[in-house]
Amino acid sequence: MKSVEVTNLGIALGHGAKAVNILPDVSFTVEQGECFGLVGESGSGKSTVLRCISLLLEHWRGTVKIGGASVRDMGVIERCRTVQMVFQDPYGSLHPRHSVRTVLYEPLRIHNLDRRQERMEQALRDVGLPISFLDRFPHQLSGGQRQRVAIARALILEPDVLLLDEPTSALDVSVQAEILNLLSDLRARRGYTYILVSHDLAVVDYMCDRFAVMRSGEIVEVLDRAALENNSATHDYARELISASIAYDRAS
Amino acid sequence: MTDIVNAPKPASRRRSAIAPLLNVLRFLLRSPTSAFGLAVIALLVLLAIFAPLLATHDPNVQNLNNVLQPPGGNHLFGTDELGRDIFSRLLHGTRITLNIIFLVTITVGPIGLAVGTIAGYLGGIFDTILMRITDIFLSFPGLILALAFVAALGPSLNNAIIAIALTSWPPIARLARAETLTFRSSDYIAAARLQGASPFRIIMHSIVPMCLPSVMIRLTLNMATVILTAAGLGFLGLGAQPPMPEWGAMIATGRRYMLDSWWLVTFPGVSILLVSLAFNLLGDGLRDALDPKQMNRR
Ligand SMILES: Nc1ncnc2c1ncn2[C@@H]1O[C@H](COP(=O)(O)OP(=O)(O)OP(=O)(O)O)[C@@H](O)[C@H]1O
Ligand SMILES: [Mg+2]
Repeated sequence: MKSVEVTNLGIALGHGAKAVNILPDVSFTVEQGECFGLVGESGSGKSTVLRCISLLLEHWRGTVKIGGASVRDMGVIERCRTVQMVFQDPYGSLHPRHSVRTVLYEPLRIHNLDRRQERMEQALRDVGLPISFLDRFPHQLSGGQRQRVAIARALILEPDVLLLDEPTSALDVSVQAEILNLLSDLRARRGYTYILVSHDLAVVDYMCDRFAVMRSGEIVEVLDRAALENNSATHDYARELISASIAYDRAS
Repeated sequence: MTDIVNAPKPASRRRSAIAPLLNVLRFLLRSPTSAFGLAVIALLVLLAIFAPLLATHDPNVQNLNNVLQPPGGNHLFGTDELGRDIFSRLLHGTRITLNIIFLVTITVGPIGLAVGTIAGYLGGIFDTILMRITDIFLSFPGLILALAFVAALGPSLNNAIIAIALTSWPPIARLARAETLTFRSSDYIAAARLQGASPFRIIMHSIVPMCLPSVMIRLTLNMATVILTAAGLGFLGLGAQPPMPEWGAMIATGRRYMLDSWWLVTFPGVSILLVSLAFNLLGDGLRDALDPKQMNRR
């Protein structure tokens, strides 16, 4: 599995005079096999970081290296087999008219992989869905099942790095736990490197070894999981965020 | 109704392909207006297939001893100014009408879809060029443009079809582009890009299926216009040429005898009216049947 190094990542979105500097300058590194969290309020640029790493956004400055190789230098095929992404909203990330079979078969065909039936079945087994789900359409699946299909789609190309953009925020609490267990289980078995975006510190506490706190496009502080328990953050904003979250947990 | 959901396992693969079609059909038959449209079009197709068997006379044989006979007796809908049987001519005319609709649809649908989805998905310079071309075509009224084309190409049925096709793809392209713009930034397109799918593949596999329902509705509604334009060109002598039994051309020649022999223009006129009405009703029905909000029920 591979490490991720992000150095001086910056991007401006919008055109001409309206261009906004969404990420001024972001740097962080993720060890191989680590789960690295990105937390921050809505609009702080967490999804944008993931979209830059995966090259869904192309016009950024700086370098992103995965396993020592710059993502820009990788061919499309290689990049797809190195990094994959799971999206926030499972209701919008599956094509409404594609069956699960099509969703899983497409990447195999694009990458010209062998043993296709076997791989599709394995992918479904990995995410804990029965093989009979191959012929279902998204509208015949629950939210949690859709997110499992989305995870299976990301895993079927056997990537090294998984970018998880709030993979559970659109799901209700019991299903959230299921998906998080599935994800940490997969990491334990296969050793994937995760970058997990969340605004829920409980999720970060459960999943991540380290996490970065973001505010308006900048990384304020990188902390260990242990920092959550005694709130040992040094930066004001990070302290505030953590104590607010602890207060919220007590209240509920 | 529920038997599709509980379909036995082995057949479920095949059924899942046909089931949506059957559901749409069932939905159409539930509303009287779209059922009427569907029935008229089914009848039109059947009449066209069996026209030679059903026709009581040869549509082109003239009989000058038997001109302008009123309906009844030997001639169900009477005879025209050359003694030809109007009923038989109408029957053979269904073939011409269907031919026009078929050819126009199979050219206009793919062209409109291709232009619209490419412009919408690729954006930038492709969008600018393709959409300016579309705008140029759209800035003339369809019939006028068709008239100009036929005048330039020479009057014949095939040229009329080409002219109609040339004038009716731009609205489809506009529609397909607008639809594409609403999907292009969705997560499932992003996911397809992350799997290494080429733009061509994304357009064919992900975008076209999403645009297809509204394009199909639009095409169906368009057919009424196509029929009327074809009839209009026929009427002006720029479409089908004599002695072809095209409905618009039949009205054009019958017009001179209209005051004494009403049947010459009435029957082709009613046919045109009925068929274009049927396509309009069917299009409206399809709009309800393919409404995305209904998708979850299927
Ligand atoms: N195309 C765009 N043009 C201009 N600004 C944009 C564009 N896309 C996103 N932004 C802005 O970039 C900022 C970061 O967006 P991003 O989606 O990364 O936030 P986020 O941290 O993921 O938030 P959330 O938790 O709500 O998902 C937001 O303020 C947003 O308004
Ligand atoms: Mg986000």
